[in-house]
Amino acid sequence: MKKGVVFAAALGLSLAPLAVQAQPADILNVSYDIARELYAQLNPPFQAQWQKEGGQSVEVRQSHGGSSKQARSILEGLPADVVTFNQVTDVQALANRGLVRADWQQAFPNQASPYYSLPSFLVRKGNPKHIHNWDDLARADVRVVMPNPKTSGNARYTYLAAYAFALEKFGNDQEKAKDFVRKLLGNVPVFDTGGRGATTTFVERETGDVLVTFEAEVNGIRKEFGADKFESIVPPVSVLAEFPVAVVDKVVDKRDSRKVATAYLNYLWSPEAQDILARNYNRVRDAKVAEKYKAQFPEVRLYTVELFGGWSNIQKVHFAEGGILDQVFEKR
Amino acid sequence: MSAGVLTAKVPGRRGILPGFSLTMGLSVSYLGLIVLLPIAALLLKASGLSWHEFVVATTSPRALAAYEVTAVSALEAVAFNAVLGLLFSWVLARYDFPGRRLLDSVMDLPFAMPTAVAGVALTAAFAHNGVFGQFLEPLGIKIAHAQPGIAMAMAFTSLPFVVRTLQPVIEDLDLDGEEAARILGASELQVFLRVVLPVIAPALIAGVTLAFARCLGEFGAIIFIAGNRPFETEIAALLIYIRLEEYDYGAATAIATVVLAVAFLVMLATNALQAWQQRYLDKG
Repeated sequence: MKKGVVFAAALGLSLAPLAVQAQPADILNVSYDIARELYAQLNPPFQAQWQKEGGQSVEVRQSHGGSSKQARSILEGLPADVVTFNQVTDVQALANRGLVRADWQQAFPNQASPYYSLPSFLVRKGNPKHIHNWDDLARADVRVVMPNPKTSGNARYTYLAAYAFALEKFGNDQEKAKDFVRKLLGNVPVFDTGGRGATTTFVERETGDVLVTFEAEVNGIRKEFGADKFESIVPPVSVLAEFPVAVVDKVVDKRDSRKVATAYLNYLWSPEAQDILARNYNRVRDAKVAEKYKAQFPEVRLYTVELFGGWSNIQKVHFAEGGILDQVFEKR
Repeated sequence: MSAGVLTAKVPGRRGILPGFSLTMGLSVSYLGLIVLLPIAALLLKASGLSWHEFVVATTSPRALAAYEVTAVSALEAVAFNAVLGLLFSWVLARYDFPGRRLLDSVMDLPFAMPTAVAGVALTAAFAHNGVFGQFLEPLGIKIAHAQPGIAMAMAFTSLPFVVRTLQPVIEDLDLDGEEAARILGASELQVFLRVVLPVIAPALIAGVTLAFARCLGEFGAIIFIAGNRPFETEIAALLIYIRLEEYDYGAATAIATVVLAVAFLVMLATNALQAWQQRYLDKG
């Protein structure tokens, strides 16, 4: 499919001199794996609004996959007008190579993250293993399902939440925190490459006692597969997962689509879009909308990545080759 | 595919195709553009690493474990396929029965099927709640999310290589030789070992080698059924993927180079073996 996109874009470029148009008739939003249904709901109202305000029709095309893989595709030439990722580091990777402006987090409100979520738990009906908090996941009798932190942004947040929890529990003792995370990862029978794969393992293969994934996905699964089969357990503490968005400057300058691309991302902060986001169990920024959906979001104390000294530090200390994640993986 | 197997040189046959230089030129440029160029790009990327970096990337304990898991599973898979592939191709070539054509087509399915689909289907069947898994797991046999699952996925996707290489050779087998052996008093086992096997052995080896190389590179089918746990069920192809996810192109291409080199060496060794065998057969 992606090849098709590239091909279509190449075709579009070669035809460009023939068609004289102010803004292109379509833009490409390159996004993370489990956002398919979300953007399928967000795009039509934006397209209607753009039509109404500018009198021009626009089609937002979507591409979904693991966030890092998507970023790499863009580095290799996928002409994304905008990115909507679940990893600050993946937008940063684009910024580091000059595709996105360096201060992209200041280009939009809320550090360019129109909504947020947190790693949360989905357990089987009745919660037979009594799983309520992170230390339950490190118990010897619990099987945990989560994707591979090396290949999934989703799982990286889970890893960080567990690590932060352990640091607090053991009074900042790094060794004990490592040991805790080692035990937790040792309870994972399968490391799927992405969030959806882990969902399939937990739901369809009936493997594991608890699935750890974004709160939005947890509730989506209950809606999709039956609230009578699963229970959502929101742990008392977790980590703030941002969903950063950015205009890909290199592409929009070439395609002359900056206006529509920027309008599209701004639309995500509109009350209408925030309502759609909240309906899909994402925690939103708009105070009014947040108030309206208060009941579906239990109070959680959230660690932020600043606890770890920011993303670039996390990358270096935890996720790079030979980092803490590798050490923990290797000494099991 | 079986080109290297039975290259009986028919005099004057070369003239059938129009213009040797044209056909040769086309073949070489195609090979260069579609096969060699990407590989050259891969090697170039890997050559961006210093020798030390290359060694570190390719010999980390995790990489060594991944090679081992991959190679052991691939060996298991091709050992299984050597036996089963021989059986299948024998049945397809020697007997006529209702449904033979259907079976013949089914044999190609692993070629046609997206490997990811195969992986998902195998996982569904062998997970503990699957059609087979529900009976196997109580017996303590764990296939999905364990090493046997990797071997099984490899066996699934590489079986046609053995069958399709062997089948034409068995079809072309001269029955006179077998008959003569029987008349001279050979037992069925002797007929097989002394008369049939020496003739089909080069094809069997060729098929098994192709299957082995295929197993080394298989990704789509395996990541679904393997547990993907580092040191236990993580294959080399997944480790390459992981290095890419870390934006570590150098390490990814370094590991890819090792896998590629092994596959190439195995192919080369087989071709040499075949050439030697061919000479031996021609003499005899």
